[in-house]
Amino acid sequence: MTLWLLFKTFFLTGLLSFGGGYAIIPVIEAEVVKYGWMTTRQFTEIIAVASMSPGPIATNSAIVVGYETAGIAGAVVSAVAMVLPSLAIILIVAAFFSKVNDNRTVKSAFYMLRPIVVGLIAYAAIKFALSSHMIGSLSLHSLSLIIIFFVSLIALSKLKAHPAFVILFAGLAGIALYS
Amino acid sequence: MKKEWKLLLDIFITFFKIAPVTFGGGYAMIPVIEREIVTKKQWLEEKDLTDVFALAGSVPGAVAINSATFTGYRVAGVKGALAATIGVIIPTFLIVLLLGIFYITFKDNPKVDAAFEGIRPAVVAMIAFAAYKLKGSALIDKTTITAFILSVFLLLFFQVHPMLLIIGSAFCGIILVNIRAKLGKKTPIENKEQQLDYFMGANI
Repeated sequence: MTLWLLFKTFFLTGLLSFGGGYAIIPVIEAEVVKYGWMTTRQFTEIIAVASMSPGPIATNSAIVVGYETAGIAGAVVSAVAMVLPSLAIILIVAAFFSKVNDNRTVKSAFYMLRPIVVGLIAYAAIKFALSSHMIGSLSLHSLSLIIIFFVSLIALSKLKAHPAFVILFAGLAGIALYS
Repeated sequence: MKKEWKLLLDIFITFFKIAPVTFGGGYAMIPVIEREIVTKKQWLEEKDLTDVFALAGSVPGAVAINSATFTGYRVAGVKGALAATIGVIIPTFLIVLLLGIFYITFKDNPKVDAAFEGIRPAVVAMIAFAAYKLKGSALIDKTTITAFILSVFLLLFFQVHPMLLIIGSAFCGIILVNIRAKLGKKTPIENKEQQLDYFMGANI
C-alpha cells in the first residue's frame, strides 16, 4: 500500500517537474506532509542529504523519502516512478516531433511556467525558513540561524561554492553552536 | 544481435561513468557528454547535442537524466534510451541511498541533530539562490512579474496545491499568448537567454 502511494506520488511529481528540481520541492513537501510520512522540518533535512550527493536533487530527495518510508523497495519504487514520466515523454516526443523547442504552444506554456517555477522555489525557501524557526520570532537563536543563512548565501553567490561544501560547513557551525 | 547488445552495454557503461560527474549539477554534465558522445564515441554530431539539451530542458524531469535518455534514443532507439537512463541513474541512486542510510541511522544523535540545526538555514540559502539565478530569464515583463508575485501569494496564503499551479500556469500561458496574438499584441515568448533553458533544470 505504501509502495503504491509512493509510486503514485512520485509519478505525478515526475510528470510535473518542469523547470527542474528546486521548483518541485514544494510539490514533494505537500505530498509527504499530507501522507504523514514526515514533517516539513524533517523534509528540510532530506533536501540537505539529497543535495550532498551527485544527481538531480528532486530524484535524490524522492529516493531518500522512499527509503525512509519503505526501505530499499521504497527507494527503488520512488526512483522508477520519478523517471518513468520523463522517459515516456521523451520517447513520444522523439518519435513524433523533430524539434519541440520550436513549437509555439510549448513556448507559450513556458512563458507562464517560468515565473511560476521561480514562485514555487521562493515559496519553498519561505516555508523552510519558517519551519526551521529562522523567521517568525526573534531570539538569539533565530539570529544565529539568519547569520548562517546569509553566510551560506554569500558563499554560494559570490564565492561560487559548491552546495555540498556549504552544507558541510553549515553542519560544522551547527555542531559548534548548538551542541 | 550480439552487436546490438554490445552497443547497449557500451551506452550503459558510458552513462554509468558520466553520472557521478553530475555532482556539479546538470551544468557539469554538458561538456562531459560532449567529450564522451561526440568526440570519443562519435555517436552524435555536435549540432545534435544542441537538440538534446534543448529537449532535455523542455520536458519534465532532471536535465541530466533527460539528456542521457534522449542521447541513448538517438544512438540505439528505445533500448538505447533505457540503457542510458538506467546507466545514468544507478551510480547516483547508490550514493544517495548510502547517504540516506547514514542520515537515518545517525539522525537522533545529538551532534548530528546540532549539525542539522545549522544545515537547515544553509538549505534555505541554497533554495533562495536557485530562485535568484532563474529570475533573469523568467521575470521578463510585467505579466510574468505579476504571475510570480501571485503564485507566491496563492501558495503561502491560500495553500493552493503546487501541482495545480504548475498545470494551471502552462494552460494560462498558452491561452494568454493566443489571445494577445489575436489582439495583435506580441508576447516575448522567445527566450533570450536560451542557454538558461537547459540550465533551468541544472543542479537538480
